[in-house]
Amino acid sequence: MCWHCQSEVTGEYLCGQCVKVQPLSKALDYFACFKLDRLLAIDEQQLERIYYELSRTFHPDFYCTKDDSEKTISLGNSAFLNSAYRVLKDPIQRVEYLIRLEAGAVKDIRSNPPADLFEEILELQEDMETFRGLSPEKDSTERAALREKLQRERERLEGRQEEMEKALGAKYQEWDELQVANADPSEARDQKNGVLRSMQEILSNRTYICNMANELLETTG
Amino acid sequence: MSRIVGIDLGTTNSLIAYMDKGTPRVVPNSEGVAKVPSIVGMTDNGLIVGDPAKAHLTRDPSRTIYSVKRFMGKGLADVADELKYFPYSLHEKNGVIRIEVGEKNYSPPQVSAMILKELKRRAEEFLKEDISKAVITVPAYFNDSQRQATKDAGMIAGLEVLRIINEPTAASLAYGLQKKTQGVIAIYDLGGGTFDISILKLKDGIFEVLATNGDTHLGGDDFDQRLLDVLVEEIAERHEVQVHDHPDLMQSVRLAAEGAKVRLSDEMETTVVVELPNGKYEKTLTRDAMESLVMELVERTLAPCRSALKDAELRADQIDEVVLVGGSTRMPLVRNKVEGLFGQQPHSELNPDEVVALGAAVQADILGGHNKEILLLDVTPLSLGIEAMGGVMSALIRRNTTIPTSGKEMFTTYVDGQTSVDIHILQGERELVKDNRSLARFQLKIPPLPAGVPRVEVNFLIDANGILHVTARDIRTNEAQSVEVKPSHGLTDDEVEGMIRDSFQFAEEDIKTRQVIEARTEANAIIVATDKALARASDLISEKEKVEIQRVIGVLGETQKGDDHRLIRAGIAEVEKETHHLAELLMDATLKEALESKKVSEFVK
Repeated sequence: MCWHCQSEVTGEYLCGQCVKVQPLSKALDYFACFKLDRLLAIDEQQLERIYYELSRTFHPDFYCTKDDSEKTISLGNSAFLNSAYRVLKDPIQRVEYLIRLEAGAVKDIRSNPPADLFEEILELQEDMETFRGLSPEKDSTERAALREKLQRERERLEGRQEEMEKALGAKYQEWDELQVANADPSEARDQKNGVLRSMQEILSNRTYICNMANELLETTG
Repeated sequence: MSRIVGIDLGTTNSLIAYMDKGTPRVVPNSEGVAKVPSIVGMTDNGLIVGDPAKAHLTRDPSRTIYSVKRFMGKGLADVADELKYFPYSLHEKNGVIRIEVGEKNYSPPQVSAMILKELKRRAEEFLKEDISKAVITVPAYFNDSQRQATKDAGMIAGLEVLRIINEPTAASLAYGLQKKTQGVIAIYDLGGGTFDISILKLKDGIFEVLATNGDTHLGGDDFDQRLLDVLVEEIAERHEVQVHDHPDLMQSVRLAAEGAKVRLSDEMETTVVVELPNGKYEKTLTRDAMESLVMELVERTLAPCRSALKDAELRADQIDEVVLVGGSTRMPLVRNKVEGLFGQQPHSELNPDEVVALGAAVQADILGGHNKEILLLDVTPLSLGIEAMGGVMSALIRRNTTIPTSGKEMFTTYVDGQTSVDIHILQGERELVKDNRSLARFQLKIPPLPAGVPRVEVNFLIDANGILHVTARDIRTNEAQSVEVKPSHGLTDDEVEGMIRDSFQFAEEDIKTRQVIEARTEANAIIVATDKALARASDLISEKEKVEIQRVIGVLGETQKGDDHRLIRAGIAEVEKETHHLAELLMDATLKEALESKKVSEFVK
């Protein structure tokens, strides 16, 4: 029902009667906002096209001459649209969002890194501590050697990050295939949850590695 | 809808522009000049703005305010380093700088409002209609406080600010409109006080900002200061004059430095001349010497350019076009450095001084509903967050997020019956609270319940102006909650309202001052003319008449010293009445009939 003229809204975003913009439904998720199925492979060109189209519908620039209620709706809709585009455009944020949406079954993901990764991180942190303590003048040889080591470690971590993203890509495909074959959300639920869980695991390990690589970069310059 | 104008409120110069049948144009004054120096002078005879105020800089520096944009949305500590360059005293009240001029204090938005009013007056005179709505530009890297301060300035000037738009994006609108460009462009905007770099994607009328970066405290003013420091030192050595002790001389040297810098963009060598109390200081300066003085400053613009490229996930060679904006990009050194970084020759077809104002007019046209083709999607330049445990900032909205955008955060309590939570809002890219900009604080009211039970959701929304709005909602009751945000470096709503009232009062005072000045000028002219007439025609009138005329002139001479323009006008009328006969007698016989009703003051020049 239109908030303004109380008639049934027949248009998609605007009331068919009074042409006032309608607030997006609170239940709308980012995929639905772009009229996309919950798939991880996204055509970026198409995403951008829809984004530009919807921006032309909702952006506050086009509501400057309208009344305050319409201005507020335009602002809210635009803010939502911008968040949706930002998240869907980025493959990592996209999967993180999907996992949150489908959350129900994947809450039990452990948030600690696996033991081997944990040990590695501790070791690297010790090395970085030592590096920071070395004086560039007095301990220049030792410092240069350690820097080289840390840089090698960083490159190795970045290599691992790439591998993880490749593994993640394979999972994306697995998810999409399951989704397409089982359009009803309740179908193949266990299998789907399994994929979500393994994606979550890769993601959280990836986060540790990313943070570590960034910290290494900051430390060694 | 009435006309919306576009305003470039610059550090050194300001301009106002309008849309003329699809083409943006700047408003010129009667001499055809569009630039209004952003300088305000408080004289005994009232307020002066622009070129006349610039002339006042060296005569009355302590009452002439320039570069006020540098103080917008800031506290005293933010400008501590450069206080020595400014001839006026500053203090801080409620986190906002106040500029002391004589007995009065002005906040930076009030001074900016004086410039805006002058621009508004010019546009009204030129377009012959009332102007009440405007789009005002700000540096892209301006934070929330600086944007809010600019909006306040507009309100104080009696303008409804429909949009605060970023300078480089405004420039891209003017540029894109003219060239119908598609692709990725970089706008390098180096102005009088600020530097911005914005990277945009232009496609089918959508101007999407991918990333922006900058330095709100780097511009031509800093170049001037580098040269100024050298000149001041040399003057002390050679002439034993301490320029810092003479505010008027300081301004002369500063203007000389600025002039030399400008000339060196076209010439390889120039001479700086400064008149000193004990002689004349002269220095020959080469372009090379100037360039080595400012090299470090120009190079400082390159790091933000690289950061913006990185945030846009682009390499320099993926930029299709580079556009130069801002007066400081006239410097060949700047052009070379930009060319070096991007590996291509930058464009500057549009006047770099005017392009921002022109773009603001384009945006005004869009907001007015006259242009549905173009849509600008801009970003917030800085990350927004709140203070978390341990003095670290927890980011809610990342920099370079397309606006409008919002971030939500849920708050609860840690103690049974706790009734409030203090929230500190920050902007910046650093980890620790103390290294970021404090925007505002507020106290979130919470119903007294066992610890952890209350759930209040706070929504931080950045609107299309890049300005933050905070709302809160109790999740349990689903009721909206009022939030009173106290800005760290901004005027409160009450203060702004007070300033709007003051501004009307100033306007009345200004009108009064003008009326007194006009009446006084006329009175003086009449006194001089009557004296002349009496000397020439004393034998044509009786002694009694002569004494009477001398009496009314004497009275007018006294009243014109006062500041009641009505009394002065009455005095003028009295003199005109008493000299009517004298005027008649003085007229040549042949002219007598034609000029019967003329006054003596018009007859004898």
